[in-house]
Amino acid sequence: MARLIVMGGGVSGHTAATFAKKWLGNEHEVVVVTPNSQWNWIPSNIWVGVGQMTKEDVVFPLAPVYEKAGIDFRQAKAVSIHPHGNKESDKEYITIEYTGQGKEGQTETIEYDYLINATGPKLNFDATPGLGNGKGQMGNNTVSVCTADHAIHANLELQQIFEKAKKGERQKILVGTGHGMCTCQGAAFEYIFNIEHEAKKAGVRDMIDIKWISNESFLGDFGMGGLHMKVGGYVVSSKLFAESLFSERNVPWIIGAHVSKVEEGKAHYELLDGTTGVEEFDFAMLIPPFAGVGFKAYDKEGEDMTDVIFAPNGFMKVDAKYDAGAYENWKASDWPRTYQNPTFKNMFACGIAFAPPHLISKPASSVNGTPINPTPPRTGMPSGIIGKAVAHSVCDMIKNGAENAHLHEASMAEMGAACVASAGKGLTTGTAAAMTVYPVVPDFEKYPGTGRDTDYTFGEIGLAGHWIKHILHHMFIYKAKLKPGWTLVPE
Amino acid sequence: MKQEEVNFEKQNQFTLTMIPGSFARKMRTCVIWQFIRFIAINIKMLIVVSKSH
Repeated sequence: MARLIVMGGGVSGHTAATFAKKWLGNEHEVVVVTPNSQWNWIPSNIWVGVGQMTKEDVVFPLAPVYEKAGIDFRQAKAVSIHPHGNKESDKEYITIEYTGQGKEGQTETIEYDYLINATGPKLNFDATPGLGNGKGQMGNNTVSVCTADHAIHANLELQQIFEKAKKGERQKILVGTGHGMCTCQGAAFEYIFNIEHEAKKAGVRDMIDIKWISNESFLGDFGMGGLHMKVGGYVVSSKLFAESLFSERNVPWIIGAHVSKVEEGKAHYELLDGTTGVEEFDFAMLIPPFAGVGFKAYDKEGEDMTDVIFAPNGFMKVDAKYDAGAYENWKASDWPRTYQNPTFKNMFACGIAFAPPHLISKPASSVNGTPINPTPPRTGMPSGIIGKAVAHSVCDMIKNGAENAHLHEASMAEMGAACVASAGKGLTTGTAAAMTVYPVVPDFEKYPGTGRDTDYTFGEIGLAGHWIKHILHHMFIYKAKLKPGWTLVPE
Repeated sequence: MKQEEVNFEKQNQFTLTMIPGSFARKMRTCVIWQFIRFIAINIKMLIVVSKSH
Protein backbone atom coordinates (compact mmCIF):
# COMPACT_ATOMS: atom_id res chain seq x y z
CA MET A 1 0.00 0.00 0.00
CA ALA A 2 1.31 3.42 -0.98
CA ARG A 3 0.50 6.63 0.84
CA LEU A 4 -0.11 9.95 -0.91
CA ILE A 5 -0.19 13.08 1.21
CA VAL A 6 -1.87 16.16 -0.21
CA MET A 7 -0.93 19.31 1.67
CA GLY A 8 -3.79 21.77 1.23
CA GLY A 9 -7.51 21.35 0.69
CA GLY A 10 -8.40 24.26 -1.60
CA VAL A 11 -9.47 24.09 -5.23
CA SER A 12 -6.28 22.40 -6.43
CA GLY A 13 -5.58 20.19 -3.40
CA HIS A 14 -9.19 19.04 -3.05
CA THR A 15 -9.33 18.21 -6.76
CA ALA A 16 -6.05 16.27 -6.55
CA ALA A 17 -7.02 14.37 -3.40
CA THR A 18 -10.53 13.42 -4.49
CA PHE A 19 -9.50 12.23 -7.96
CA ALA A 20 -6.49 10.37 -6.55
CA LYS A 21 -8.71 8.52 -4.08
CA LYS A 22 -11.24 7.70 -6.80
CA TRP A 23 -8.52 6.29 -9.06
CA LEU A 24 -6.50 4.52 -6.34
CA GLY A 25 -9.43 2.99 -4.47
CA ASN A 26 -8.91 1.36 -1.08
CA GLU A 27 -5.66 -0.33 -2.07
CA HIS A 28 -3.76 2.85 -1.35
CA GLU A 29 -4.03 5.65 1.16
CA VAL A 30 -4.74 9.34 0.51
CA VAL A 31 -4.15 11.78 3.38
CA VAL A 32 -5.17 15.44 3.23
CA VAL A 33 -3.47 17.87 5.59
CA THR A 34 -5.12 21.27 5.72
CA PRO A 35 -5.46 23.74 8.59
CA ASN A 36 -9.03 24.58 7.62
CA SER A 37 -12.06 22.58 8.71
CA GLN A 38 -14.13 24.00 5.85
CA TRP A 39 -13.84 24.17 2.09
CA ASN A 40 -14.41 27.64 0.70
CA TRP A 41 -15.57 28.52 -2.82
CA ILE A 42 -13.39 31.62 -2.83
CA PRO A 43 -14.78 33.26 -6.03
CA SER A 44 -18.09 33.86 -4.22
CA ASN A 45 -16.44 35.60 -1.24
CA ILE A 46 -16.95 38.91 -3.03
CA TRP A 47 -20.72 38.40 -2.67
CA VAL A 48 -20.27 37.74 1.06
CA GLY A 49 -18.27 40.98 1.15
CA VAL A 50 -21.26 42.99 -0.04
CA GLY A 51 -23.87 41.13 2.01
CA GLN A 52 -25.40 39.24 -0.91
CA MET A 53 -24.37 35.83 0.40
CA THR A 54 -23.68 34.40 3.84
CA LYS A 55 -20.62 32.48 4.91
CA GLU A 56 -22.73 29.30 4.94
CA ASP A 57 -23.43 29.81 1.24
CA VAL A 58 -19.73 29.62 0.33
CA VAL A 59 -18.29 27.02 2.74
CA PHE A 60 -18.99 23.47 3.85
CA PRO A 61 -17.27 21.15 6.36
CA LEU A 62 -14.58 18.94 4.85
CA ALA A 63 -14.60 16.10 7.41
CA PRO A 64 -17.87 14.37 6.31
CA VAL A 65 -16.91 14.66 2.62
CA TYR A 66 -13.51 13.08 3.22
CA GLU A 67 -15.01 10.41 5.45
CA LYS A 68 -17.44 9.46 2.68
CA ALA A 69 -14.59 9.38 0.14
CA GLY A 70 -12.31 7.31 2.39
CA ILE A 71 -9.70 10.06 2.62
CA ASP A 72 -7.72 10.42 5.86
CA PHE A 73 -8.31 14.05 6.88
CA ARG A 74 -5.93 15.80 9.26
CA GLN A 75 -6.94 19.32 10.25
CA ALA A 76 -3.41 20.55 10.65
CA LYS A 77 -0.82 22.72 9.03
CA ALA A 78 2.18 21.05 7.46
CA VAL A 79 5.35 22.47 8.99
CA SER A 80 8.34 20.72 7.44
CA ILE A 81 9.32 18.19 4.81
CA HIS A 82 11.98 15.52 5.37
CA PRO A 83 12.50 13.94 1.94
CA HIS A 84 15.46 11.79 3.09
CA GLY A 85 13.90 10.71 6.39
CA ASN A 86 16.02 11.15 9.50
CA LYS A 87 18.94 9.48 11.24
CA GLU A 88 16.80 6.54 12.33
CA SER A 89 14.97 5.89 9.05
CA ASP A 90 15.32 6.57 5.35
CA LYS A 91 11.56 6.92 4.96
CA GLU A 92 10.43 10.35 3.84
CA TYR A 93 7.96 12.16 6.09
CA ILE A 94 6.38 15.51 6.91
CA THR A 95 5.70 17.08 10.26
CA ILE A 96 2.32 18.61 10.97
CA GLU A 97 0.81 20.73 13.71
CA TYR A 98 -2.88 20.23 14.41
CA THR A 99 -5.26 23.17 14.30
CA GLY A 100 -8.42 21.20 15.09
CA GLN A 101 -9.96 17.75 15.69
CA GLY A 102 -9.37 18.24 19.43
CA LYS A 103 -5.58 18.07 18.99
CA GLU A 104 -4.82 21.79 18.59
CA GLY A 105 -1.10 22.51 18.96
CA GLN A 106 -0.04 18.84 18.89
CA THR A 107 2.66 17.89 16.41
CA GLU A 108 2.96 14.63 14.52
CA THR A 109 4.97 13.07 11.73
CA ILE A 110 3.41 11.30 8.74
CA GLU A 111 5.44 9.15 6.36
CA TYR A 112 4.68 9.39 2.66
CA ASP A 113 5.44 7.71 -0.64
CA TYR A 114 4.16 10.62 -2.72
CA LEU A 115 3.62 14.23 -1.76
CA ILE A 116 1.49 16.89 -3.46
CA ASN A 117 1.98 20.46 -2.29
CA ALA A 118 -1.26 22.37 -2.85
CA THR A 119 -1.15 24.72 0.09
CA GLY A 120 -2.18 27.83 -1.79
CA PRO A 121 -0.58 31.08 -0.71
CA LYS A 122 0.30 32.78 2.51
CA LEU A 123 -1.59 36.09 2.51
CA ASN A 124 1.46 38.24 3.07
CA PHE A 125 -0.23 41.30 4.61
CA ASP A 126 2.94 42.27 6.47
CA ALA A 127 4.79 42.91 3.19
CA THR A 128 3.18 46.36 3.28
CA PRO A 129 3.52 48.25 6.58
CA GLY A 130 0.07 48.94 7.97
CA LEU A 131 -1.67 46.43 5.71
CA GLY A 132 -0.81 43.67 8.16
CA ASN A 133 -0.78 43.70 11.95
CA GLY A 134 2.90 42.76 12.18
CA LYS A 135 1.98 39.24 13.22
CA GLY A 136 1.15 37.86 9.80
CA GLN A 137 -2.54 38.74 9.93
CA MET A 138 -4.59 41.49 8.34
CA GLY A 139 -4.34 44.83 10.13
CA ASN A 140 -7.13 47.20 11.18
CA ASN A 141 -6.67 49.79 8.46
CA THR A 142 -8.19 47.89 5.55
CA VAL A 143 -10.45 44.92 4.87
CA SER A 144 -10.01 41.84 2.67
CA VAL A 145 -12.22 39.34 0.83
CA CYS A 146 -9.55 36.62 0.61
CA THR A 147 -11.34 34.37 3.12
CA ALA A 148 -15.01 33.99 4.02
CA ASP A 149 -14.38 35.46 7.50
CA HIS A 150 -12.52 38.42 5.99
CA ALA A 151 -15.48 38.96 3.66
CA ILE A 152 -17.97 38.97 6.54
CA HIS A 153 -15.89 41.64 8.27
CA ALA A 154 -15.62 43.61 5.02
CA ASN A 155 -19.40 43.64 4.63
CA LEU A 156 -19.95 44.86 8.20
CA GLU A 157 -17.56 47.74 7.55
CA LEU A 158 -19.15 48.44 4.16
CA GLN A 159 -22.65 48.65 5.60
CA GLN A 160 -21.41 51.28 8.07
CA ILE A 161 -20.10 53.28 5.11
CA PHE A 162 -23.50 53.03 3.43
CA GLU A 163 -25.21 54.15 6.64
CA LYS A 164 -22.96 57.21 6.92
CA ALA A 165 -23.62 58.01 3.25
CA LYS A 166 -27.36 57.77 3.89
CA LYS A 167 -26.95 60.35 6.66
CA GLY A 168 -25.35 62.70 4.17
CA GLU A 169 -21.66 62.14 5.04
CA ARG A 170 -19.58 61.85 1.85
CA GLN A 171 -17.50 58.62 1.85
CA LYS A 172 -14.38 57.53 -0.02
CA ILE A 173 -13.81 53.91 -0.98
CA LEU A 174 -10.50 52.57 -2.29
CA VAL A 175 -10.20 49.07 -3.75
CA GLY A 176 -7.30 47.32 -5.45
CA THR A 177 -3.92 45.81 -4.69
CA GLY A 178 -1.94 46.50 -1.54
CA HIS A 179 1.58 45.98 -2.89
CA GLY A 180 3.54 46.29 -6.12
CA MET A 181 3.85 42.49 -6.48
CA CYS A 182 0.24 41.43 -5.99
CA THR A 183 -1.78 39.06 -8.09
CA CYS A 184 -5.56 38.42 -8.01
CA GLN A 185 -6.54 41.79 -9.50
CA GLY A 186 -9.68 39.99 -10.70
CA ALA A 187 -11.03 39.62 -7.16
CA ALA A 188 -10.53 43.32 -6.47
CA PHE A 189 -12.10 44.12 -9.86
CA GLU A 190 -15.18 42.10 -8.93
CA TYR A 191 -15.38 43.63 -5.47
CA ILE A 192 -15.19 47.24 -6.61
CA PHE A 193 -18.00 46.80 -9.13
CA ASN A 194 -20.15 44.86 -6.69
CA ILE A 195 -19.72 47.69 -4.18
CA GLU A 196 -20.66 50.18 -6.89
CA HIS A 197 -23.73 48.09 -7.80
CA GLU A 198 -24.83 47.78 -4.17
CA ALA A 199 -24.28 51.51 -3.56
CA LYS A 200 -26.63 52.25 -6.44
CA LYS A 201 -29.21 49.83 -5.08
CA ALA A 202 -28.94 51.48 -1.65
CA GLY A 203 -29.44 54.89 -3.24
CA VAL A 204 -26.12 56.25 -1.94
CA ARG A 205 -23.94 56.11 -5.07
CA ASP A 206 -23.90 59.90 -5.37
CA MET A 207 -22.52 60.20 -1.84
CA ILE A 208 -19.65 57.75 -2.36
CA ASP A 209 -16.43 58.30 -4.29
CA ILE A 210 -15.05 54.97 -5.43
CA LYS A 211 -11.46 54.66 -6.68
CA TRP A 212 -9.29 51.83 -8.02
CA ILE A 213 -5.60 51.43 -7.24
CA SER A 214 -3.51 48.63 -8.71
CA ASN A 215 -0.04 47.51 -9.69
CA GLU A 216 -1.09 46.85 -13.30
CA SER A 217 0.70 49.02 -15.85
CA PHE A 218 -2.62 49.30 -17.71
CA LEU A 219 -6.21 48.58 -16.76
CA GLY A 220 -7.23 45.09 -17.87
CA ASP A 221 -3.75 43.54 -17.45
CA PHE A 222 -5.05 41.10 -14.78
CA GLY A 223 -1.55 39.66 -14.36
CA MET A 224 -1.79 38.04 -17.79
CA GLY A 225 -0.39 40.91 -19.80
CA GLY A 226 -3.97 41.71 -20.79
CA LEU A 227 -5.74 39.91 -23.60
CA HIS A 228 -6.99 40.69 -27.07
CA MET A 229 -10.50 39.87 -28.19
CA LYS A 230 -12.40 40.00 -31.48
CA VAL A 231 -15.24 42.49 -31.13
CA GLY A 232 -17.25 44.08 -33.93
CA GLY A 233 -14.71 42.99 -36.52
CA TYR A 234 -11.77 44.44 -34.57
CA VAL A 235 -9.15 42.72 -32.47
CA VAL A 236 -9.00 44.91 -29.36
CA SER A 237 -7.14 44.99 -26.06
CA SER A 238 -8.79 44.30 -22.71
CA LYS A 239 -7.48 47.77 -21.76
CA LEU A 240 -10.23 49.38 -23.84
CA PHE A 241 -12.95 47.31 -22.22
CA ALA A 242 -11.66 47.78 -18.68
CA GLU A 243 -11.31 51.55 -19.13
CA SER A 244 -14.79 51.65 -20.64
CA LEU A 245 -16.32 49.86 -17.67
CA PHE A 246 -14.51 52.04 -15.13
CA SER A 247 -15.59 55.20 -16.99
CA GLU A 248 -19.17 54.03 -17.36
CA ARG A 249 -19.39 53.31 -13.62
CA ASN A 250 -17.62 56.57 -12.66
CA VAL A 251 -14.65 54.83 -11.03
CA PRO A 252 -11.34 56.67 -11.58
CA TRP A 253 -8.12 54.71 -11.34
CA ILE A 254 -4.53 54.86 -10.15
CA ILE A 255 -2.41 52.28 -11.96
CA GLY A 256 1.23 51.25 -11.90
CA ALA A 257 1.07 51.78 -8.14
CA HIS A 258 3.00 50.10 -5.35
CA VAL A 259 1.20 50.72 -2.05
CA SER A 260 4.15 51.29 0.24
CA LYS A 261 2.41 52.01 3.55
CA VAL A 262 -1.11 52.06 4.93
CA GLU A 263 -2.26 54.16 7.85
CA GLU A 264 -5.72 54.72 9.27
CA GLY A 265 -7.60 56.29 6.38
CA LYS A 266 -4.50 56.74 4.19
CA ALA A 267 -2.70 54.68 1.57
CA HIS A 268 0.77 55.84 0.56
CA TYR A 269 1.89 54.75 -2.89
CA GLU A 270 4.72 55.01 -5.40
CA LEU A 271 4.07 55.11 -9.13
CA LEU A 272 6.10 53.75 -12.05
CA ASP A 273 7.34 57.27 -12.81
CA GLY A 274 8.83 57.44 -9.32
CA THR A 275 6.36 59.97 -7.96
CA THR A 276 4.62 59.27 -4.68
CA GLY A 277 1.16 60.09 -3.41
CA VAL A 278 -1.33 59.55 -0.64
CA GLU A 279 -4.91 58.46 -1.17
CA GLU A 280 -7.35 59.02 1.66
CA PHE A 281 -10.20 56.60 2.27
CA ASP A 282 -13.00 55.77 4.67
CA PHE A 283 -13.07 52.14 3.52
CA ALA A 284 -10.36 50.22 1.66
CA MET A 285 -10.09 46.66 0.41
CA LEU A 286 -6.52 46.03 -0.70
CA ILE A 287 -5.46 42.55 -1.80
CA PRO A 288 -2.22 41.45 -0.07
CA PRO A 289 0.70 39.96 -2.00
CA PHE A 290 1.03 36.18 -1.94
CA ALA A 291 4.01 34.17 -0.73
CA GLY A 292 4.68 30.50 -0.11
CA VAL A 293 3.37 29.28 3.23
CA GLY A 294 6.88 29.04 4.67
CA PHE A 295 7.67 25.33 4.76
CA LYS A 296 11.06 24.20 5.87
CA ALA A 297 12.83 21.18 4.42
CA TYR A 298 15.51 19.20 6.24
CA ASP A 299 17.95 16.51 5.19
CA LYS A 300 18.76 13.30 7.03
CA GLU A 301 21.11 15.09 9.39
CA GLY A 302 18.55 17.76 10.19
CA GLU A 303 20.32 20.41 8.09
CA ASP A 304 18.14 23.01 6.38
CA MET A 305 17.68 22.22 2.67
CA THR A 306 14.66 24.45 2.03
CA ASP A 307 16.35 26.16 -0.93
CA VAL A 308 16.68 22.83 -2.74
CA ILE A 309 12.92 22.34 -2.87
CA PHE A 310 11.56 25.87 -2.68
CA ALA A 311 12.21 29.08 -4.58
CA PRO A 312 13.12 32.19 -2.53
CA ASN A 313 9.46 33.32 -2.57
CA GLY A 314 8.49 30.10 -0.78
CA PHE A 315 6.77 28.40 -3.72
CA MET A 316 7.84 24.88 -4.71
CA LYS A 317 10.24 24.38 -7.60
CA VAL A 318 8.82 22.26 -10.40
CA ASP A 319 9.80 21.44 -14.00
CA ALA A 320 9.84 25.08 -15.10
CA LYS A 321 12.71 26.94 -16.74
CA TYR A 322 13.77 29.25 -13.92
CA ASP A 323 16.79 30.69 -15.72
CA ALA A 324 14.97 32.16 -18.73
CA GLY A 325 16.54 35.55 -18.05
CA ALA A 326 15.27 38.80 -19.51
CA TYR A 327 11.72 39.37 -20.82
CA GLU A 328 12.93 39.18 -24.42
CA ASN A 329 14.00 35.57 -23.82
CA TRP A 330 10.75 34.36 -22.25
CA LYS A 331 8.97 31.53 -24.03
CA ALA A 332 5.79 29.59 -23.48
CA SER A 333 7.97 26.51 -23.04
CA ASP A 334 9.43 28.02 -19.84
CA TRP A 335 6.21 27.07 -18.07
CA PRO A 336 6.00 23.74 -16.24
CA ARG A 337 4.22 20.78 -17.79
CA THR A 338 4.19 18.01 -15.14
CA TYR A 339 4.72 20.02 -11.91
CA GLN A 340 7.17 17.41 -10.65
CA ASN A 341 9.93 18.63 -8.35
CA PRO A 342 13.24 18.30 -10.24
CA THR A 343 15.10 16.91 -7.21
CA PHE A 344 12.52 14.62 -5.64
CA LYS A 345 10.49 12.77 -8.25
CA ASN A 346 7.79 11.74 -5.75
CA MET A 347 6.99 15.37 -4.99
CA PHE A 348 4.63 17.61 -7.00
CA ALA A 349 3.08 21.04 -6.59
CA CYS A 350 -0.17 22.41 -7.98
CA GLY A 351 -2.30 25.53 -7.85
CA ILE A 352 -0.71 28.62 -6.38
CA ALA A 353 1.89 26.49 -4.55
CA PHE A 354 4.15 25.94 -7.59
CA ALA A 355 6.83 28.50 -8.36
CA PRO A 356 6.18 30.09 -11.77
CA PRO A 357 9.25 30.59 -13.97
CA HIS A 358 8.62 34.33 -14.31
CA LEU A 359 5.83 36.85 -14.70
CA ILE A 360 3.30 36.73 -17.52
CA SER A 361 2.89 40.52 -17.67
CA LYS A 362 5.81 42.57 -18.94
CA PRO A 363 8.05 43.34 -15.95
CA ALA A 364 8.19 46.91 -14.78
CA SER A 365 9.77 48.87 -11.98
CA SER A 366 9.64 52.47 -10.89
CA VAL A 367 12.51 54.82 -11.65
CA ASN A 368 13.52 54.26 -8.01
CA GLY A 369 13.90 50.54 -8.75
CA THR A 370 10.75 49.35 -6.96
CA PRO A 371 9.24 46.39 -8.86
CA ILE A 372 5.64 47.22 -9.75
CA ASN A 373 4.09 44.42 -11.76
CA PRO A 374 1.36 41.85 -11.27
CA THR A 375 2.54 38.34 -10.48
CA PRO A 376 1.00 35.46 -12.47
CA PRO A 377 -2.49 34.25 -11.53
CA ARG A 378 -2.67 30.48 -10.93
CA THR A 379 -6.17 30.18 -9.53
CA GLY A 380 -9.53 28.85 -10.69
CA MET A 381 -9.75 26.62 -13.73
CA PRO A 382 -5.97 26.17 -14.31
CA SER A 383 -5.57 25.35 -10.63
CA GLY A 384 -8.16 22.56 -10.84
CA ILE A 385 -6.81 21.18 -14.12
CA ILE A 386 -3.26 21.10 -12.76
CA GLY A 387 -4.46 19.39 -9.56
CA LYS A 388 -6.19 16.68 -11.58
CA ALA A 389 -3.17 16.17 -13.89
CA VAL A 390 -0.81 15.85 -10.94
CA ALA A 391 -3.13 13.35 -9.22
CA HIS A 392 -3.23 11.36 -12.48
CA SER A 393 0.58 11.26 -12.64
CA VAL A 394 0.89 10.11 -9.03
CA CYS A 395 -1.73 7.39 -9.54
CA ASP A 396 0.11 6.11 -12.62
CA MET A 397 3.39 6.13 -10.68
CA ILE A 398 1.81 4.14 -7.86
CA LYS A 399 0.13 1.63 -10.16
CA ASN A 400 2.79 1.24 -12.84
CA GLY A 401 5.95 2.04 -10.92
CA ALA A 402 7.73 5.37 -10.93
CA GLU A 403 10.01 4.40 -13.82
CA ASN A 404 7.26 3.27 -16.21
CA ALA A 405 4.60 5.83 -15.38
CA HIS A 406 3.36 8.38 -17.85
CA LEU A 407 3.45 11.86 -16.37
CA HIS A 408 0.38 13.87 -17.31
CA GLU A 409 0.86 17.38 -18.60
CA ALA A 410 -1.06 20.58 -17.97
CA SER A 411 0.99 23.54 -19.13
CA MET A 412 -0.60 26.94 -18.60
CA ALA A 413 0.86 27.85 -21.98
CA GLU A 414 -1.28 25.16 -23.60
CA MET A 415 -4.50 25.40 -21.63
CA GLY A 416 -7.21 27.99 -21.69
CA ALA A 417 -9.20 29.44 -18.84
CA ALA A 418 -12.78 30.55 -18.48
CA CYS A 419 -13.24 33.40 -16.06
CA VAL A 420 -16.43 35.13 -14.99
CA ALA A 421 -15.92 38.41 -13.15
CA SER A 422 -19.02 39.67 -11.40
CA ALA A 423 -19.89 43.34 -11.77
CA GLY A 424 -23.06 43.21 -9.67
CA LYS A 425 -25.46 40.56 -8.36
CA GLY A 426 -29.13 40.24 -9.27
CA LEU A 427 -31.27 37.73 -11.17
CA THR A 428 -32.37 40.31 -13.75
CA THR A 429 -30.17 43.30 -12.87
CA GLY A 430 -26.79 41.63 -12.33
CA THR A 431 -23.92 41.72 -14.79
CA ALA A 432 -20.60 39.94 -15.13
CA ALA A 433 -17.74 39.94 -17.58
CA ALA A 434 -17.57 36.44 -19.06
CA MET A 435 -14.13 35.82 -20.52
CA THR A 436 -12.05 33.03 -21.91
CA VAL A 437 -8.36 33.13 -22.74
CA TYR A 438 -6.53 30.56 -24.79
CA PRO A 439 -3.85 29.90 -23.75
CA VAL A 440 -3.45 31.46 -20.30
CA VAL A 441 0.24 32.15 -20.89
CA PRO A 442 0.69 33.81 -24.29
CA ASP A 443 2.65 31.82 -26.83
CA PHE A 444 4.12 34.30 -29.31
CA GLU A 445 5.79 31.53 -31.33
CA LYS A 446 2.49 29.78 -32.01
CA TYR A 447 0.33 32.90 -32.13
CA PRO A 448 2.52 35.78 -33.33
CA GLY A 449 0.81 39.08 -32.68
CA THR A 450 -1.36 38.76 -29.61
CA GLY A 451 0.18 35.54 -28.24
CA ARG A 452 -3.25 33.92 -28.04
CA ASP A 453 -5.82 32.32 -30.32
CA THR A 454 -8.37 35.10 -30.88
CA ASP A 455 -10.98 32.54 -31.95
CA TYR A 456 -11.03 31.24 -28.37
CA THR A 457 -10.17 34.42 -26.47
CA PHE A 458 -13.23 36.53 -25.96
CA GLY A 459 -15.13 38.55 -23.39
CA GLU A 460 -18.42 40.31 -22.97
CA ILE A 461 -20.34 41.85 -20.12
CA GLY A 462 -23.97 41.19 -19.39
CA LEU A 463 -26.63 39.39 -17.41
CA ALA A 464 -25.70 36.08 -19.06
CA GLY A 465 -22.29 36.28 -17.39
CA HIS A 466 -23.96 36.76 -14.03
CA TRP A 467 -26.16 33.72 -14.56
CA ILE A 468 -23.08 31.69 -15.50
CA LYS A 469 -21.20 32.82 -12.38
CA HIS A 470 -24.17 31.91 -10.20
CA ILE A 471 -24.52 28.50 -11.83
CA LEU A 472 -20.78 27.88 -11.47
CA HIS A 473 -21.08 28.70 -7.74
CA HIS A 474 -23.60 25.90 -7.23
CA MET A 475 -21.93 23.53 -9.70
CA PHE A 476 -18.48 23.68 -8.11
CA ILE A 477 -19.78 23.37 -4.56
CA TYR A 478 -21.82 20.36 -5.73
CA LYS A 479 -18.70 18.87 -7.27
CA ALA A 480 -16.54 19.58 -4.21
CA LYS A 481 -19.09 17.82 -2.00
CA LEU A 482 -18.60 14.72 -4.21
CA LYS A 483 -22.29 14.41 -4.91
CA PRO A 484 -23.49 11.93 -7.59
CA GLY A 485 -21.90 12.61 -10.97
CA TRP A 486 -19.26 14.98 -9.51
CA THR A 487 -16.60 13.76 -11.91
CA LEU A 488 -18.69 14.96 -14.86
CA VAL A 489 -18.31 18.59 -13.80
CA PRO A 490 -15.19 19.93 -15.50
CA GLU A 491 -12.55 21.77 -13.52
CA MET B 1 -26.90 65.63 -22.37
CA LYS B 2 -27.25 61.94 -23.20
CA GLN B 3 -26.72 59.53 -20.32
CA GLU B 4 -23.61 58.02 -21.89
CA GLU B 5 -21.96 61.44 -22.17
CA VAL B 6 -22.40 62.43 -18.52
CA ASN B 7 -19.32 60.66 -17.20
CA PHE B 8 -17.00 62.08 -19.88
CA GLU B 9 -17.13 65.35 -17.97
CA LYS B 10 -16.41 63.86 -14.56
CA GLN B 11 -12.76 62.82 -14.97
CA ASN B 12 -10.06 63.58 -17.49
CA GLN B 13 -9.27 59.86 -17.49
CA PHE B 14 -12.73 59.10 -18.86
CA THR B 15 -12.59 61.38 -21.88
CA LEU B 16 -10.38 59.07 -23.94
CA THR B 17 -12.41 55.95 -23.32
CA MET B 18 -15.52 54.46 -24.92
CA ILE B 19 -18.74 54.51 -22.91
CA PRO B 20 -21.66 52.37 -24.04
CA GLY B 21 -24.83 54.07 -25.21
CA SER B 22 -28.31 53.38 -23.94
CA PHE B 23 -28.99 50.58 -26.46
CA ALA B 24 -25.81 48.69 -25.50
CA ARG B 25 -26.64 49.10 -21.81
CA LYS B 26 -30.21 47.87 -22.23
CA MET B 27 -29.05 44.81 -24.14
CA ARG B 28 -26.79 43.86 -21.21
CA THR B 29 -29.80 43.16 -19.04
CA CYS B 30 -32.37 42.32 -21.75
CA VAL B 31 -33.46 38.85 -20.61
CA ILE B 32 -34.28 37.51 -24.10
CA TRP B 33 -31.01 38.71 -25.66
CA GLN B 34 -29.00 37.60 -22.65
CA PHE B 35 -30.55 34.13 -22.79
CA ILE B 36 -29.26 33.85 -26.36
CA ARG B 37 -25.84 35.10 -25.21
CA PHE B 38 -25.97 32.64 -22.30
CA ILE B 39 -26.21 29.77 -24.78
CA ALA B 40 -23.50 31.23 -27.02
CA ILE B 41 -21.05 31.95 -24.16
CA ASN B 42 -21.57 28.49 -22.69
CA ILE B 43 -20.79 26.86 -26.03
CA LYS B 44 -17.62 28.96 -26.37
CA MET B 45 -16.57 28.15 -22.81
CA LEU B 46 -17.18 24.43 -23.30
CA ILE B 47 -14.94 24.49 -26.38
CA VAL B 48 -12.15 26.18 -24.39
CA VAL B 49 -12.65 23.76 -21.49
CA SER B 50 -12.52 20.74 -23.83
CA LYS B 51 -9.33 22.06 -25.48
CA SER B 52 -7.73 22.51 -22.04
CA HIS B 53 -8.17 19.03 -20.58
